[in-house]
Amino acid sequence: MPQTYLSIEGIRKTFGSFTALEPIHIEIPKNEFVCLLGPSGCGKTTLLRLIAGLETPDGGRITVAGRDITSLPPSKRQAGMMFQSYALFPNLTVEQNIAYGLQEKKMSKAQIRGKVEEVLAMVDLEHSAKKYPSQMSGGQQQRVALARAVAMSPDFLLLDEPLSALDAKVRQKLRQEIRRLHEQLGMTTIMVTHDQEEALTMADTIVVMNNAKVIQVGMPEEIYERPNSKFVADFIGAVNFVGVEEVPAVAIRPEHVSIHLQPVPDSSEAIIENLEFRGSSYRITLKPSHSREIIADVNSSMIRLLGLEKNRRVYYELPSEHLIYFGDALPTPWVEVVV
Amino acid sequence: MRTMMLSLVKRRGSFGERAAIVALIAALCIMVLLPLITLFSKAFEGKTGEFTGLANFARYFQSPALLQSLWHTAFISVGTACISVCLAFVFAYALTRTGIKGKLIFKTIALLPLFAPTMLHGIGLTYLFGNQGLITNGFFGALPFEWHIELYGPIGIMMAEVMYTFPQAYLILAVSLAFADYNLYEAATTMGASKRRIFFTVTVPNIKYGLISAIFVCFTLAFTDFGAPQVVGGNYSVLATEIYKQVIGQQNMGMGATVGIILILPAVLAFTVDRIVSRKQNAISSRALPYRIQTSRLRDGLFLACCLVLSALIGIVILTVIGASLIKIWPYNLSLSFVHYDFTKVAGGSIQPFWTSLRMSAWTAGIGTIVTFLGAYLIEKTRSMKMLRQAGYFLSILPLALPGLVIGLSYIFFFNERSNPLHGIYGTIWILVLANIAHFYAVSFVTATSALKKLDKEIERASDAMGVPQYKTLLRVTLPLCLPAVLEMAMYLFINSMVTVSAVMFLYAADLKLASVSVVNMDDAGDVASAAAMSVLIMMTNVMVRLVYEAIAHFVKTKTGAWQTRNS
Ligand SMILES: Nc1ncnc2c1ncn2[C@@H]1O[C@H](COP(=O)(O)OP(=O)(O)O)[C@@H](O)[C@H]1O
Ligand SMILES: [Mg+2]
Repeated sequence: MPQTYLSIEGIRKTFGSFTALEPIHIEIPKNEFVCLLGPSGCGKTTLLRLIAGLETPDGGRITVAGRDITSLPPSKRQAGMMFQSYALFPNLTVEQNIAYGLQEKKMSKAQIRGKVEEVLAMVDLEHSAKKYPSQMSGGQQQRVALARAVAMSPDFLLLDEPLSALDAKVRQKLRQEIRRLHEQLGMTTIMVTHDQEEALTMADTIVVMNNAKVIQVGMPEEIYERPNSKFVADFIGAVNFVGVEEVPAVAIRPEHVSIHLQPVPDSSEAIIENLEFRGSSYRITLKPSHSREIIADVNSSMIRLLGLEKNRRVYYELPSEHLIYFGDALPTPWVEVVV
Repeated sequence: MRTMMLSLVKRRGSFGERAAIVALIAALCIMVLLPLITLFSKAFEGKTGEFTGLANFARYFQSPALLQSLWHTAFISVGTACISVCLAFVFAYALTRTGIKGKLIFKTIALLPLFAPTMLHGIGLTYLFGNQGLITNGFFGALPFEWHIELYGPIGIMMAEVMYTFPQAYLILAVSLAFADYNLYEAATTMGASKRRIFFTVTVPNIKYGLISAIFVCFTLAFTDFGAPQVVGGNYSVLATEIYKQVIGQQNMGMGATVGIILILPAVLAFTVDRIVSRKQNAISSRALPYRIQTSRLRDGLFLACCLVLSALIGIVILTVIGASLIKIWPYNLSLSFVHYDFTKVAGGSIQPFWTSLRMSAWTAGIGTIVTFLGAYLIEKTRSMKMLRQAGYFLSILPLALPGLVIGLSYIFFFNERSNPLHGIYGTIWILVLANIAHFYAVSFVTATSALKKLDKEIERASDAMGVPQYKTLLRVTLPLCLPAVLEMAMYLFINSMVTVSAVMFLYAADLKLASVSVVNMDDAGDVASAAAMSVLIMMTNVMVRLVYEAIAHFVKTKTGAWQTRNS
């Protein structure tokens, strides 16, 4: 386990009688890319703002490299913050926006100019230095905001849903760009998102949150393969819940359900209720004779090979090595016994 | 083929719709455009009506006295705009961006001057700083000092104009300051910017257009005001009083028209700037965070002090006038009485002007609201005759650039012409109503238009598709939805008709004197206490109308709350 760099120890926050964050504990090693993932309203932004010093916690401690920053004002925290609305100054040009914070540091004009050029080159906007934010596309504005945050050479970078306002294509590209920038600078980064795919593809570590609490912390593969609760399993990727009332909860990902034309040991019979084309694969809805529907993702070439079609009778198998177990109770009605 | 014909008819709108648009344009031409054209042509005529080209202008710029009044006016207006906008900014900032208590009270006091004719401010200053003024003689020697200021002249005018323009500047700036993206403040804080730097790089740029607009509005109002210089101007001549002298005193219509055109210039400039600015007003993104007021004792203390001083200044002037109107003989017999409210005691005075004003304002509010709303509806919600509707839009907001004096003057020229078929309304109450509607048309038009713009564009199409005639949709759906705006328009028209003096100055007939005009006359004749009493009556009436408006608006809001909130 690498050494903790940024540590959040029991930070909590209420707004009046509303609890926005229960005591939160997170430890983040240096140079990590961490995603705070959770549904809207679960307190991600609040946590980020607490780390940035824009809100005051009701209790708890935040330390960076052993230094307690809990009571420091935002400007003294060495944090680079990128806001959900980008918060670019509309009356300043791109270079003026980036230089804004640098002018507060003891830097010469030439040094500032050098730094501005450097970060603009990093985000591929060398030629837009003299533009105003309103003259740029959403994706470009986002990159300016990122450049502005990075230019301050902060100890750590805080990004609040940096991609949520952009359309799918641009989002894809900027994901890679943010990741590349992180690799290049090695800056410890915390990014808020409610998009599980974004978190899975970008993060070193994912912190899953719900209802003001941290539910699970782990690497993307870990979170995906071994979710610790029904909530996490459901929130990240598609999942079938299978099991009975007495046994611990069990689930399986659709891509792990295997389908056969003939019965095999431990398989059950079902009718193909629906086939949904998804490009490289199909999502198949199976209706077993006496239990809930099960979804399975099957390779397109496999579909053709097996000649799967609607209303066809098939046999499915839930390989035990791919079953996910977790402790929390599952709702009835229950599917058949699989274990 | 049949369907094509049908769609052609649909696109051109019904006959009724087109007739209504033509009627609206005709009405706007009679109300605004033709009188204005007449005024312009008069400026190129001599005393007997012969064409003289630019002779009037040449004479104007060669006459040191006339030219001097131009410089005086410019000086007063620049001074007023600077002082008023600075004070209003502090006040608006306190009310929108600090945590002081009593904001509603401060706001109410700040808006009080809007309910009174500008003469009231002048009269109040006279009682405070005039030769017999309370402050001038140190509260009858009760104070250890006396404070003489040269009230009659630029100082007095400017003080009265600041009081007159302060609420307008406050309203504009408060709206600008209410919109902000708090994330910008947080971003700046995170990057280590100081409070001062944040103020100049975030706050000021954000309200830049509001500031520009406020400066121009104050400048224009002071430039064209007649009431204040009339009362406290002394021998200091300004354009507004100069026009009056040229037209009423010397019957020099050509020169009056010339001065009128010069009077329009800054207003046209302000109008142009306002149009450009309102288009540029930066849109706040929907992801913006509303401004959060941080706690700061020191800041709140300082701003509370400023608000207290400013409200006290306004309050003192108004209370002084109310007091003066109730005191028997200032400063010799200080017992209270209503004697000054018995206007029959003063030469040529009676309570009649007050009733005439009420009648005129009620008609203005009634007819004006209907006409303006219909006008806005036709321009905004119909689809036929695009060119005409665009012309209509321009004519509708053009009055923003027309000072009251110019409207009054152009109305004399236009309606007093014997050959004009509408000559009949000259000398009746209807010309006053018409002049007021024209004078205040633009603002209520903008109110109506923005209310209509908020409505679903498809309402008309939907009812069209259901085969419901458009007038029914207007009455059953559109009008009820716009009721709050309609009420606001009626109140605005009423209150402004009560206080205005500049537009009606030239137009009232001897038997149709108005309250505001009689304030000017009584003050001129030295019956200052009666003038005070009449202006207090006007102000009280307006405050009452405003209260009734608030009550009805509240009722409408709660009643219609269900379908008003869903959209927002
Ligand atoms: N300043 C505030 N005052 C009151 N409630 C707030 C404030 N900021 C956030 N909240 C509430 O706290 C909850 C969490 O908000 P937030 O952290 O923004 O969620 P998200 O995970 O979507 O970023 C929400 O229910 C929100 O309404
Ligand atoms: Mg958020």
